Amino acid sequence: MKTLLLPLLASLSLAATAVAAPVSFDFKDPKGVNAIQFSLDSVLEPIAGTASGITGKVNFDPANPAATTGKIVAATKSLVVPNSMMNDHLLGNDWLNATANPEITFELTKLDGAKTTKNVTTATVIGKFTLKGVTKEIKVPVTLTYLADAFGKRINKPEVKGDLLVVRGEFTINRGDYGIQPGKNEDKVNPEIKLSLAVVGSAPKA
Amino acid sequence: MNLRTTLRAAALVLLLATVGFWAAKGAHRGWSQNRVQVSRTDEVTGIVFTAYEVRFVPGVEVLGAGVALSAALAAASIFVRSLPTQKSNP
Repeated sequence: MKTLLLPLLASLSLAATAVAAPVSFDFKDPKGVNAIQFSLDSVLEPIAGTASGITGKVNFDPANPAATTGKIVAATKSLVVPNSMMNDHLLGNDWLNATANPEITFELTKLDGAKTTKNVTTATVIGKFTLKGVTKEIKVPVTLTYLADAFGKRINKPEVKGDLLVVRGEFTINRGDYGIQPGKNEDKVNPEIKLSLAVVGSAPKA
Repeated sequence: MNLRTTLRAAALVLLLATVGFWAAKGAHRGWSQNRVQVSRTDEVTGIVFTAYEVRFVPGVEVLGAGVALSAALAAASIFVRSLPTQKSNP
């Protein structure tokens, strides 16, 4: 009896650990949906575009969403606006200098005031945002939506098991704070940049 | 047709062509676009994302350039002396 009970207890203990452990979600999306949208007012019309080269990992525990940590990275050269001349200026030395600053990163260090209803958690992320080589601590209100067993459905392979984590958030930064033309051309291009994040991470199960 | 009339006709054709092209391509009142943003929704996650269609949409600078060139042609026609039509000698 004892010989049967011990392995059973051991496997139950392992299963409990597996359930409680945070899951690592990969934000390199196989469907290419992930992007950070940005918009800033300008002469004639707002300059609106996207950064679609998203990678990074977020560790999320459905049983303890407040412990979420991770990092989301956008490739600077993936920034696109509808006008190609504007695009060249945006990535050029005077603005983002994409060659010298290949990544825009957001590191989630802490979740404040996390409230979870069913599979949706709202919280304020305290994190480090790095743009053009300048890192600043910012607070971003976010919504985390945990979609259990939805990975297979999303890639049209229901037999593949896995979970999804959708992260949504909006925040505003001042371009001058990040060394992007500080105090310059403010009559032509607003110093405030609105950023909107809507990304999905996948955690396939082996 | 003398030079003055030719310039005025060219100005009118250019004006109509520019305005027509700009209107036919969507009468976009912003800058020209080389790719157009289109909103799409990911069914499973509900994420609304931006996709791009590669096509040219002329903006106000194209309209402005066409109108300005047309105005320049029309203005030039004022300063061109109308050549007298040659009369055949009896």
